[in-house]
Amino acid sequence: MTFATATNEHLAHLSNTLIYSAMAVYTLAFFAYIAEWLFGSRSKVARTANALTTDGARSAQAPAVRVRRAGGTAVLERPKVVTRAAAGARDVPDGPGAHGGDEQGDLYGRVAVSLTVLAFAVELAGVVARAASVQRAPWGNMYEFNITFSTVAVGVYLALLALKKNVRWLGLFLITTVLLDLGLAVTVLYTASDQLVPALHSYWLYIHVSTAILCGAVFYVGAVGTILYLFKDSYESKLASGGKPGTFATSVLERLPASASLDKFAYRVNAAVFPLWTFTIIAGAIWAESAWGRYWGWDPKETWAFITWVAYACYLHARSTAGWKGRKAAYIALIAFGCWLFNYYGVNIFVGGKHSYAGV
Amino acid sequence: MSDTRSTDVHSDESPANGSEADLGEAGSQLSTAPTETAMPGSFGGSRAPGPRGWVTWTAREIIGWGRWFWRQLTSMRVALLLLFLLSLGAIPGSLIPQSGTDALKVQDFMDAHTTLGPIYEKLGLFHVYSSVWFSAIYILLFISLIGCIVPRTWQFVGQLRGRPPGAPKRLTRLPAYATWRTDADPEQVREAALKVLKRRRFRAHVTGDAVAAEKGYLREAGNLAFHVALIVMLIAFAWGQLYKSEGNKLVVEGDGFSNTLTQYDDFKSGSLFTDDDLVPFSFKLDRFTGTYERSGPNKGTPRTYEAAITYSVGAYGKDKKTTVRVNEPLNIGDAKVYLVSHGYAPTVTVRDGKGDIVFQGAVPLLPIDSNATSQGAVKVYDGYRNAQGVHDQLGFAAFFVPTFAGAGKGTMYSQFPGLDFPVLAVTAYHGDLGVNAGIPQNVYQLNTKNLKQFKDAKGNKLTARLLPGESMTLPGGNGSITFDKDIKEWAGFQVVQQPGNGWALGGALAAIFGLAGSLFIQRRRVWVRATTGADGVTVVEMAGLGRSESAKLPEELGDLAALVHDRAPTKTDEKDADPDQEPGATTPVPAAEGAQKK
Repeated sequence: MTFATATNEHLAHLSNTLIYSAMAVYTLAFFAYIAEWLFGSRSKVARTANALTTDGARSAQAPAVRVRRAGGTAVLERPKVVTRAAAGARDVPDGPGAHGGDEQGDLYGRVAVSLTVLAFAVELAGVVARAASVQRAPWGNMYEFNITFSTVAVGVYLALLALKKNVRWLGLFLITTVLLDLGLAVTVLYTASDQLVPALHSYWLYIHVSTAILCGAVFYVGAVGTILYLFKDSYESKLASGGKPGTFATSVLERLPASASLDKFAYRVNAAVFPLWTFTIIAGAIWAESAWGRYWGWDPKETWAFITWVAYACYLHARSTAGWKGRKAAYIALIAFGCWLFNYYGVNIFVGGKHSYAGV
Repeated sequence: MSDTRSTDVHSDESPANGSEADLGEAGSQLSTAPTETAMPGSFGGSRAPGPRGWVTWTAREIIGWGRWFWRQLTSMRVALLLLFLLSLGAIPGSLIPQSGTDALKVQDFMDAHTTLGPIYEKLGLFHVYSSVWFSAIYILLFISLIGCIVPRTWQFVGQLRGRPPGAPKRLTRLPAYATWRTDADPEQVREAALKVLKRRRFRAHVTGDAVAAEKGYLREAGNLAFHVALIVMLIAFAWGQLYKSEGNKLVVEGDGFSNTLTQYDDFKSGSLFTDDDLVPFSFKLDRFTGTYERSGPNKGTPRTYEAAITYSVGAYGKDKKTTVRVNEPLNIGDAKVYLVSHGYAPTVTVRDGKGDIVFQGAVPLLPIDSNATSQGAVKVYDGYRNAQGVHDQLGFAAFFVPTFAGAGKGTMYSQFPGLDFPVLAVTAYHGDLGVNAGIPQNVYQLNTKNLKQFKDAKGNKLTARLLPGESMTLPGGNGSITFDKDIKEWAGFQVVQQPGNGWALGGALAAIFGLAGSLFIQRRRVWVRATTGADGVTVVEMAGLGRSESAKLPEELGDLAALVHDRAPTKTDEKDADPDQEPGATTPVPAAEGAQKK
């Protein structure tokens, strides 16, 4: 008994050390991303401006994309597929990324990604150590929820990178908020490791809470994409109407993907995770049915999960409705993510209800 | 059709190339969304003279407005608006106390806000989710939903029975396009293409000089399934609310319960529930076990709650033993038995002046804090005679702590929820308990209005802290009360019957699968045209059209083109030629030409 407790305390201590170490490495990664953006600002890219303002650039660039696919066996050459952008859409090429084509910037970007991978590994180890110290899933209170949440958010980002998606531009924005999230976790929300109250003793904890965390992380990535879309879109509109955006805006936004690409990215991410969010709510309802005797009781957490769900449903519908596409749909997506955030922090801190355990 | 605003209803994107008109039939019905037409100001048209004219005009007007209203309700914009309202309307219910979950808090709120309270009450803000306005929002939303999915279902059935539409005239206009020249006959090419497409599980057929193929019908099927599943869930929820019953029963260790209305401490049911709906069963609580955290910052936090029970189903069912835990209710037919609360029930023995036992039993006390400090009352209604031999009633206010801080620590509150140092404090009264007045009263509280407190020799109020086994003697030879060593625990059970749960779960699962289908499956069309060119060489053209601009479409078209190309390879003498010289590939495509077409 005493021995077990000592081991647990040791593990809990180890977990804390690992989380602090992860924060240190994230900070290094943060500076590396900053360096990438700084060095990238040396290059003078103006693809968006060219595409939107110069008439000559337009014909030079059409057809926009060519997908050339060499035959796998190389016996016969495959026919080439020519793609054509949607009618009426701005034909804007994607920016080169934060490094802006600058070699040194690119180097720092790679360093930043490597550091992110390292920090992710350290943080993951911290979460696992925490789980081992309490001998259960590490989602019993808000501190544990926060450290898992940021780990998963970074995991989603790294997974997208591993899938060769063009998302390195997300890095700085993501790591900044991950640092904020962890800072909040270790200062305000910290709870010493402990066991669960009986109501949380269920395998549904693994199903319901893990999907909730994953959904939050992916929604978050989608929200970052949406915010950047809004900036880039107004930048493009300004250019298209003959305006001249500021130098800082130009420097930053030129290096981001085209607004259409950002919009599509945010949509894909949100749409991909929406069924999982539906599943999270339903899994919660099944759990509530066995723990509290009803599957739906309008508990504040349930209500806000429902509001979030409806808000994202709104977004998905708005995106395909004439007059609501684009910016308006993007605002809805941000409101929906705001609902998710409120459900996570606001309900626990200000409202209470059946979902509050172990303090907060 | 005078206006082509907002065409899409309930999810999905419009075809990638924006203008369906441009593509003619080829792009048609890739979405089954109905088109919305704008209405002129009046629907009645010209009015013939006389009353008959007026009647027909009015009828036309009413029908016209009815249609207009229906179209508005089933339009995407109104559906969006209703979705917004639904989420907005749900917010107050999470911030204002709700009578359904916590009636006490509602009362507190009413007392604290004398002006706001009545306004909230009028607006139904204390029961948001059953209020008129909230119901109106979701009922309208569901009518809108039905008005949307019924026509879409018919259209979809029509599409399933029909065939993919023929190739548009200019395939170069489509978002993905490939072409090459080959030695093979056009017919051979078409046959090869048909085979390739069918093997890739496209629905394909030859029309004119081209093969038309389509795939991804499951998208629309999933979309419809999702929306139907939402309706099923709503009906199941409503059904459950109407027929549900929910009762609470406190059972002391060793006592039993049988599932009839009279046995419940409190009972709520839906408006269509009848008493015959109660599932017949009974059970006995053998033992309740609670364990608590012994150390650390969360000392006293409960770790396990277990109720060991023996139950039988029906009037003469066999006895079975089981354990009910917090997350593991006992299922008997439609009924579920949940463990919802627990507390202590100290056993006390009350004797009269002659030493005869007038009361003996476990008295359940209600916990008032998280360390199980409990209070309640011991009531001796009859069988008691005082020292003078006159009938009297006894009442004891009881205060119990499972873990006492120790004498002189200044607090009577419990330090730990486990039974470490149990102490029972009693205050004795006699007189009229008030039970004969016929007014229902709280068994956990003494109504001291007609009671007199016993006084000790010094004239002080008689009260004592008892350890297990100790007694308090009433003055004047009026008897005694003993705190027996056998301290029992009680468990609170909630018995819930809610039909329709299976339907709700089925609907929920169907909703997830439908949603996944409608979001992850791409519906796309592919055409392969093979014609003989002016120089007698066969020209193959392939093009693809999806509902959204997806990177996968050109990739898939590339794969398909490669497969067709294997069967109809590029004309031998053109292999070394500059690949950019293929027709259609070099000329920049004029952008958005079709967009201006109406």
